[in-house]
Amino acid sequence: MRFNITRQDLEGYLAEALSHGGDYADLYFEYLLTSSISIDESMVKSAAQGVSMGVGVRVIAGERTGYAYSDDLSPEKIKKAARVAAYIASGPSKVEKFDLNEGVKHNLYPVLTAPTETAFAERVDLVKRADRAARAYDPRIFQVQAVYADNLRYVLVATSDGVLSMDRQPLARMSVFALARKDGGAPQRGHAGGGGRVELDFFLHEKTPEHFAAEAAREAVAMLDAVDAPAGEMTVVLGPGWPGILLHEAVGHGLEADFNRKGVSAFSGRMGQKVASELCTVIDDGTINSRRGSLNVDDEGNTTQRNVLIENGVLRGYLQDKLSSTLMHQEATGSGRRESYAHIPMPRMTNTFMMAGESDPEEIIRSVPKGLYCVNFGGGQVDITSGNFVFSASESYFIEDGKLTRPVRNATLIGNGPETLKYVSMVGNDLRLDEGIGVCGKEGQSVPVGVGIPTLKIDRMTVGGTA
Amino acid sequence: MSANHPANHLLELARDVVKQARAAGATGAECTMAEGEEFSANVRMREVENLKEAGSRGAGLRILIGKKTGASSTSDLSKEGVAHLVKSAIELADLTSEDPHAGLPDDDEFGAIAGDLGLYSEDVATLDPALKISTAKRGEEAALTADPRIVNSEGASFDNYVGRRIFANSSGFAGEYRTSHCSLSVAPVAREGESMERDFWFTLARGFAGLEAAEEVGLTAAKRALRRLNAVKVPTQKATVVFEPRTARSLLDNIFEAVHGMSIYRHESFLTGKLGEKVASENVTVVDDGTIPGLFGTSPFDDEGVPSRRTVVIERGVLKSYLLNTYAARKLGMKTTGNASRGLTGNAGIGHGNFFLEKGVQTAEQMIAGIANGFYVTELMGFGVNIVTGDYSRGAAGLWIRNGELAFAVSEVTIAGNLTDMLLGMEAVGSDLEFRGSVAAPTLKIGEMTVGGK
Repeated sequence: MRFNITRQDLEGYLAEALSHGGDYADLYFEYLLTSSISIDESMVKSAAQGVSMGVGVRVIAGERTGYAYSDDLSPEKIKKAARVAAYIASGPSKVEKFDLNEGVKHNLYPVLTAPTETAFAERVDLVKRADRAARAYDPRIFQVQAVYADNLRYVLVATSDGVLSMDRQPLARMSVFALARKDGGAPQRGHAGGGGRVELDFFLHEKTPEHFAAEAAREAVAMLDAVDAPAGEMTVVLGPGWPGILLHEAVGHGLEADFNRKGVSAFSGRMGQKVASELCTVIDDGTINSRRGSLNVDDEGNTTQRNVLIENGVLRGYLQDKLSSTLMHQEATGSGRRESYAHIPMPRMTNTFMMAGESDPEEIIRSVPKGLYCVNFGGGQVDITSGNFVFSASESYFIEDGKLTRPVRNATLIGNGPETLKYVSMVGNDLRLDEGIGVCGKEGQSVPVGVGIPTLKIDRMTVGGTA
Repeated sequence: MSANHPANHLLELARDVVKQARAAGATGAECTMAEGEEFSANVRMREVENLKEAGSRGAGLRILIGKKTGASSTSDLSKEGVAHLVKSAIELADLTSEDPHAGLPDDDEFGAIAGDLGLYSEDVATLDPALKISTAKRGEEAALTADPRIVNSEGASFDNYVGRRIFANSSGFAGEYRTSHCSLSVAPVAREGESMERDFWFTLARGFAGLEAAEEVGLTAAKRALRRLNAVKVPTQKATVVFEPRTARSLLDNIFEAVHGMSIYRHESFLTGKLGEKVASENVTVVDDGTIPGLFGTSPFDDEGVPSRRTVVIERGVLKSYLLNTYAARKLGMKTTGNASRGLTGNAGIGHGNFFLEKGVQTAEQMIAGIANGFYVTELMGFGVNIVTGDYSRGAAGLWIRNGELAFAVSEVTIAGNLTDMLLGMEAVGSDLEFRGSVAAPTLKIGEMTVGGK
């Protein structure tokens, strides 16, 4: 590994961290290489690469957490961080020996050469190709920006209860933005992107720059004819894939264990209750190969797993981290994540999706006399306590008499977490995961995630348009 | 590897990085360094929950070889780390395009505001952790005891930061400044029957003495959570909308994005090409001022080494200026407005100083008094603002206005319109402007928007 550190060193730092009598301590070493390239006006205007490293030391004493970090990995500085974190506890040291063991872990992203380790010129070519393809898509496209970014993260976690885990986590993403205009009118924007924990080959053969470019350009051109979005309650059909952001906002955050341990989530105390129609089974799965939200081990050294959150409409499980699972006397779920060594871990989602149902997607649309079909979204947000959530449709169409008709301008959809999924009346057989662009923010920490749904019909949702 | 450069040597080190970059073939170079120490204490239900303390530093380099650029960053400030930083940036310049507008600011544009801008307060670095914890505890206690319906809490946190920022370039500019801030925020949870709501309030200052009383912050947070209880969803309708200062501030964020020089030259703002035109009602004057002592958007120079300044963006409804860095200015045939902004590396982006809407004369009560049917918005959710088209659609919560009074709580609704119409429809601007961060607005009243509900 990269950290030049022995088992004895780790045990010494853990002992220092528990020198004031904490119940538990862990060390998170991180070495991160980043690169990014962007093109604008057909010029590669920027290329950047960076390196950062550091260690975070955490001590838990009852419900209290002490945390310190250092970007200097010299033994003195690590020990100093351990001492600072140790102050959260007040008592004599209890632990004498740590038996650090590497457990069995997944091998979800067997990437031989990470994109970050390839020749820069090859990656520069990706944004140039995206620029050319988006411009060639349609003469009405007049501005294109493309960004390619990757990173390679090496982590080492050692805990006072004996976990020792190491992982090498590659991640790459490309995004294309296009602006279209017709007859000197107002421009419209389109966006597409994707990636995962993949080799560069993914962008050369599976999801090419041309694929993302065409998708971004198509959306921008389609929106040129968009009419004002409607306002008020109506039937909403969500297309498969990225619209799964609905689940992330409506139920995912509300089922993170920290909010429920504290009793501040709209889902608090609802375990075993019906919170969705029986057509809905919602999973958070950190173990899907090559996915952006997947991890071999979480950021507390626990193996990730497949967690059932809602089963046939009934609330089944929370997403746990070390602290909450200990205090709630529940099993860890491999959901402890953090943005970097400078951040305290918390329960987070990985890849959140709904299991496929039995309906033919076309039949779902045919069943709607009047409604809205949403295929692409911007971001979303949730108020954990009230359960109210929003997500913003960037591309949608009217459904009239069971047929898709006019494109509709941007509109926010709003609902309430424990209520909205009760109105799911049809679930498609076309489960799709998103292309790999999701970033989830919580208490100032960003982590990569994935979402997915099959085509979904919700009988009643409020659409925030003007018409 | 150990970072054995004491803080006061960082300016020297930044100059040295620029020199090394020149020696390695760069025709231009910009080096940014930052270091900081952070502390945070979270208290929940009267007990300490988290304590966090740490320091970090980093360096970034952007170089030009002719009209091509390369950029790199590192947290390793050792000799080897710096050598790698320089090599990384230089090797990338080969791969980027000739950009005729790339370059450093003109020589006569560099400089820094002289004198003490009140950005650093010594007391923040030396505050006793026990005092920070007790401040957070007092804030939460005031919320918890404000009303029997305050039954829970997401806690209170005290955060502080002291930092230093350094910038040097190959045109001979080198400068540094220190900043500090501390803050207290309280987030109580109110419950009545099946209705549960949270809200928060906070105070933020450059020094500890500038913070508002912890009890006031806690009490305000509790009142805000309580008034959201038993909210209903109103029918879909057109209504007058009043933004309280906390939500009005987000409209200023939208205006900032729309006058952002990069968006302007790419034609991805609804304000593109509108200089000199009426874009808002006469009540609207928007200013960016990076020179006001002690405020959170103040700095002696921007991230290209150009002095911060005051720019009137919208004057009595007329668009007067975009906000620009050197690059956007050259693209548009204009001069930089001293708004360059970046993290540690890369081409400069654009940021704001203290970006605010000038206050009017009416109190919030006076503004509400004249409204027969309207929506007083205290919370906005989501990202439903499209700066290209101005389309605006966001989740909202607040209080319904009936016959000039705040009547009942509303949630799970949307408000929608178009920023062009919203700015032109700004009927009144309140007198209650205050800075809780670098973006600020008083209470704002918009004649009509669509409220989406049941």
